[in-house]
Amino acid sequence: MSVLLETVGLTRFFGAVCALEELNLCIHEGDMVGIIGSNGSGKTTFLNLVTGYLKPARGCILLAGRDITLLSPRQITRLGVARSFQIPQLYLNLTVMENLLLALAARSGRVGLWARLHRQNWMREGQEILKQFNLDRYGEQRVAELPEGARKLLDIALAVALQPRLLLMDEPTAGVSTQDKFAVMDTLVSTLRGSSITTVFVEHDMDVVRRYSRRALVFDQGRVIADGEPSAVLTDAGVKRAVLGHA
Amino acid sequence: MGGSLRFIPFLLLGLALITAPFVLSGWVLFLLTVAGAKALAVLGVVLLLRAKLLTFGHALYYAAGAYAAGLGVKYLGLHNGFALIGLAFVAGLGVSALLGLLVIRYRGVYFALLNLAFSMVLYGILLKFYSVTGGTDGLAFPAPTFGLIGLSEASLRAQLYELTLFLGSLLFYLTYRFFASPAGYVLFAIRDNEVRVAYMGISVNAAVYLGYIIAGGLAGVAGVLVGLSVGHITPDLAFWSQSGEFVFVAILGGVGSVFAPVVGSILFEFVRNYAFELSPYTWQMTLGAALLLIIFFLPGGVWSLVGLARTRSGP
Repeated sequence: MSVLLETVGLTRFFGAVCALEELNLCIHEGDMVGIIGSNGSGKTTFLNLVTGYLKPARGCILLAGRDITLLSPRQITRLGVARSFQIPQLYLNLTVMENLLLALAARSGRVGLWARLHRQNWMREGQEILKQFNLDRYGEQRVAELPEGARKLLDIALAVALQPRLLLMDEPTAGVSTQDKFAVMDTLVSTLRGSSITTVFVEHDMDVVRRYSRRALVFDQGRVIADGEPSAVLTDAGVKRAVLGHA
Repeated sequence: MGGSLRFIPFLLLGLALITAPFVLSGWVLFLLTVAGAKALAVLGVVLLLRAKLLTFGHALYYAAGAYAAGLGVKYLGLHNGFALIGLAFVAGLGVSALLGLLVIRYRGVYFALLNLAFSMVLYGILLKFYSVTGGTDGLAFPAPTFGLIGLSEASLRAQLYELTLFLGSLLFYLTYRFFASPAGYVLFAIRDNEVRVAYMGISVNAAVYLGYIIAGGLAGVAGVLVGLSVGHITPDLAFWSQSGEFVFVAILGGVGSVFAPVVGSILFEFVRNYAFELSPYTWQMTLGAALLLIIFFLPGGVWSLVGLARTRSGP
């Protein structure tokens, strides 16, 4: 499999704190990678650097061999990198369908002045996506009225609607109840399985990473301390100590 | 109501508006013309408010349009109404395209005050360059011609009313289409979440810039239409209180529909004129009280009454 995302010596400081240190990483096409680590281990910083929200102090980021280190979030998104957020970033005063229609308009590159946003083909596709994410009953509801779990799914649905090459999800089950988190992940994985989207997700929960990723990366104090097959990596005593605080 | 029957109220309203000159007095017709013209500038303010951008300097483009046409009359000898309107539109677009490059980077109070500052700069220029702009005396507009048709002084009011009605309807329709388009919705999206807009691959600055120059063009046309109706323009068109009036009317009417600025503008012109007639020295107090009532009891503006009526009448 060819390398889709590569970071070389990626380093980022917040004041005197080194949030990410000399990160050298390759993500291959079609991969489903789970990133785990304790608070402040550099997981979200990694996502923010790859998507252009933050700029590194040193190092570079390559997307399919192209240097994207200094590009803006908008430019990186247009190159096929989409993301979801730990706190869903949505248009609260628009309906669920309108949120999706905007994503579909953005993907088509036709953010025009004349033709309507509510056009038939986008409405059909939007309805399909909502069904895949079990959100179809909320279609005409304002996002501000949605429950937290549905907002989380919609945030990811907006990223998926862009049909990215690389999807980055920041804690997709954060804020979702313990009973619902596997259902949320089942919905996500079944949707992504039918696509060729390379996926990287950040998680706190070892069970989620073990169950849904094909490769696990463990971050600790800005460095990758373990990388490999999830069941092997997550049973390692050193990893447990770094993530859970005890072996 | 059936599909075709739905349009009947609109047809009746259109017919009533077109035939109004045969029924209404010249004074009322004049007020309606000015209100309709100013509603275009207010529409620009509403357009920007959809992206949560409040401007206290929109009179800049209103005056730019009026003065571009006024200078066209003075220096180019233009009397053709279409040419003057075209000139005003281009001036509104051009000036907003130029200043927009700087202004669109700012948000909140900085956006509001930067616009205010630019409008006051124009006010100063119009006031001080007496030889060009006429200073406080301003510039006069003779009765315009339209193609080969000259407007007679007797029917000027009625014809300018019809012109404002048709041109205004066209521009309101175009803005209505814009609001329903992806680019129009992007302004709504910016109001809610600029981060997500960027992470959809959409340029926030380009969307705001587009909205800004459309608003500028609308204000330019509003300026020339008012100039043609009044027959005279002064630097007061660019003064901050004029910008404040546009914001006032936008809040009065509401931002829920392209029709809201028209309702707000007509209401404002009539309330102001009758308040002035009833109480010449304290008419501003009447307007202030009206605004307070709107803010407390109809925060969505007068147009929100339409939504309330629809809700009460049920599905």
